[in-house]
Amino acid sequence: MPGRKVRVLVAKPGLDGHDRGARVVARALRDAGMEVIYTGLHQTPEQIAETALQEDVDVIGLSILSGAHMTLTPRIKGLLQEKGLGDIALVVGGIIPEDDAAELLKGGFADQVFTPGDSLDKITGCINGIISSHRKS
Amino acid sequence: MDIIKAEKVRKNKESWEDEISGLPERSEPFDTVSGMPVQALCTPLDLKGFDYEEDLGFPGSYPYTRGIQANMYRGRIWTMRQFSGFGDAYDSNRRYCYLLEQGQTGLSVAFDLPTIMGYDSDHERSLGEVGRCGVAIDSLEDMEILFDQIPVDKVTTSMTINGPAAILWCMYLANAEKQGISLDRVGGTVQNDILKEYIAQKSWIFPPEPSMRLITDIFSFAADHVPQWNTISISGYHIREAGSTAAQELAFTLADGFAYVEAGIKAGLDVDNFAPRLSFFFNAHIDFFEEICKYRAARRIWARRMKELYGAKDPRSLKMRFHTQTAGCSLTAREPENNIVRTAIEALSAVLGGTQSLHTNSMDEVLALPTERAVKIALRTQQVIAYESGVANTIDPLGGSYFIETLTNRLESEAEEYFRRIDELGGIMAAIDCGFFQQEIADAAYAYQRAIDAGERIVVGVNRHHSDEPVQIDLLKINPAVESDQVRRLKLLKEKRDNTAVSRCLEELRHSAAGSDNLIPIILKAVKVYATEGEIVAVLKEVFGEYREKPLF
Repeated sequence: MPGRKVRVLVAKPGLDGHDRGARVVARALRDAGMEVIYTGLHQTPEQIAETALQEDVDVIGLSILSGAHMTLTPRIKGLLQEKGLGDIALVVGGIIPEDDAAELLKGGFADQVFTPGDSLDKITGCINGIISSHRKS
Repeated sequence: MDIIKAEKVRKNKESWEDEISGLPERSEPFDTVSGMPVQALCTPLDLKGFDYEEDLGFPGSYPYTRGIQANMYRGRIWTMRQFSGFGDAYDSNRRYCYLLEQGQTGLSVAFDLPTIMGYDSDHERSLGEVGRCGVAIDSLEDMEILFDQIPVDKVTTSMTINGPAAILWCMYLANAEKQGISLDRVGGTVQNDILKEYIAQKSWIFPPEPSMRLITDIFSFAADHVPQWNTISISGYHIREAGSTAAQELAFTLADGFAYVEAGIKAGLDVDNFAPRLSFFFNAHIDFFEEICKYRAARRIWARRMKELYGAKDPRSLKMRFHTQTAGCSLTAREPENNIVRTAIEALSAVLGGTQSLHTNSMDEVLALPTERAVKIALRTQQVIAYESGVANTIDPLGGSYFIETLTNRLESEAEEYFRRIDELGGIMAAIDCGFFQQEIADAAYAYQRAIDAGERIVVGVNRHHSDEPVQIDLLKINPAVESDQVRRLKLLKEKRDNTAVSRCLEELRHSAAGSDNLIPIILKAVKVYATEGEIVAVLKEVFGEYREKPLF
C-alpha cells in the first residue's frame, strides 16, 4: 500500500505505571506523520496482540520500565506469530540493560531496542527505516 | 527600604542595565530546568513589600519558610533514608542490614509491582515481575522475614505503597506486635497517596471514593492507636518524574494535600486530630535554586492555607514535614558516573531547602536497581554534605537573598494560579477526570524532551561533551529463581495456615467493605491469620470495583 501512513501501536505491557516515555514517544511519532494508537497502561500480552490485529498496525512499540522485558517481549512476539502477525515490526524501549537488549535482538524477539538517552529523532528515523525495508521485502 | 534609597537603587540599576545591554551573552537560554526565565540580577526592587516577619519569620515559627524546627540540623541531621528493595524478603533484609551498618538512619521499602498492584506472586499478571522493581511481599510471613533482626521500635520505616497501603501497613503493624512492640512505639510512613497515582504514577487499584475511604480509615486508626505514624506522604516526586515543572510539582502536590485535609474533615475528623501526621515527599531536580525555593514556598503555602482556610490551630498541623529524593529522571544512561555529581547537587538543594529526610539515587539506577557499591556512594554523598561541607551548621543560609526570595515568591504565585484553575475545573477529582493534570504534565515532558533533542537544553555526556566509550559498570542482577521460590513458599503458606480462619476474615471484610465501618481492624485481623495481600485485594475489588484511565498522550 504505497502512501499509506505508518500505523504504530504504542503499548504498555506489564504492571508499571511509568508512561512518560510511552506518551512522549507517541506524540513524537504522531508529529512525524504516523498514525498512533496508544493502549494505555497495564496491558496483558494478549490484549496487545489483539489490539495490533484489530488496528492493523505496521509497528508495535513496547515501553517497559519494570524489568520484565525478558519475559514480556518474547511472549508478545510469540502471540503475534501465532496470530499470523509475525511481520509486524516490534521495537522495545525502556530500562533495558545492554546484555538483555543484545539477547532480544539476537533471538529475533525485537527489531530494535531503545534506551534512555536515545533521541526522538533517532526513534522516528529508525522506525521509518524498519518500515521501508519491510515494505520493500 | 525608604523612598530615596529605592530611587537611588533604581537609577543605579538602570545604568547597570545600560552597561550589560552592550555585552555579548552566551547563546543558551537563561531559564530554569522548568523553563522559567531567570533574570540576570535580583535587587531589593524585586522584593517590594517584603516583610521579614510575615514572609519568612523564624525557623520553627509561622509561616515556617525558613524551616519547621527551631534549630534545624544543629539539633539533628536529616534522616538518611535510602529507598531499597529487590528480590524476595531474604534478599532485601540483607540489604537493609547492610545499609544500617553503613550508617543509614531509617529504612524505606520498595515493593515489587505485583505487590504495588495488589497481586500475589502466583497471579498470572505477576509473571516476570516478581522481585524485579522491589521486594515481593505476599503475606505477613514475608514481612516477618523482611524485618528479621531489625528493631522496629528503634528504626522508622517508610513504605512506598498506595493502592493496597492499608494491607501492607497492617502487615507491618502485625509484625511489630509479634516482635513484642506496642503500636504506640512504632514509627514510620506509608505513602498512601492515591491522588498522585491517578495524576502521575498510575499505580492504582480502586476507584477514588473507596480509595479515599481507606485513606481516611488509616488517618483515624493511626490517630487512636499508632500516634507516631505518618499516615500519608503526599507526593510530588512522581509528578515531577512524569515530566512536570517545579511549579506544577509544587501546586499539584499541595492541591492533593488540601484534598486529603478536606476528605478528613468530611469524614468527621477534627483537622488538628490528623493533620499533624500528614507528611510530604518532593523531588530534588537539577536546577539548584529553583528546587530550594520550591521547598521554601511549599512550607509557606501549607502553613498559610492550613491556618487561614482550614482553621488548624495546632502548630504541628501547620508544619510541612517532607522527605526528598533526588531526581531519577535527571540521570543519564551514558557516562553514568556523572550521575554521582548530579545527585550531589540535587541532595545539596534538598538540604538547603530544609528536608527532614533524604534519599540519594545511585549512579546506576537509570540502568538497573542499584548495586551495593553504587548505593554506598549515594549514602556517602549525604554523609559528606552532612559532616564535611558545613552547610548544616546554620539555618536557611540562603534566606534573604534577593534572588532566592524573588524565586520563592514567584513559585508561590504560580502555585496559587494553579489552585485557582483547579477550583475552576471543580476541584481535584474533576480535574483528574478531565485529564487536566495528566495533560499539563505530558505537555511539559514533551517540551523538555524536544529541548534536549534540539540541543537547547544541555545534558552533559548526552548532547554536549560526550564520548562514545561504551558504558562499563557492574549491574545488579535479580536472581531468576526468585519468582519460582516465592511462588513455592506462598503455596506452602496456603497449606499450613488456618484456612477456615482466613475464609472467615475475608467474609467479614467483604461485609464491612460494603458498609461504612473503619476497615483497618478487620484487615489487621485478616493479615494476622496470614490472608495474603492478593486475597484481600480481590475481596475489596469485588465490593469497590477497579479504576480505569482514559489513555491520552
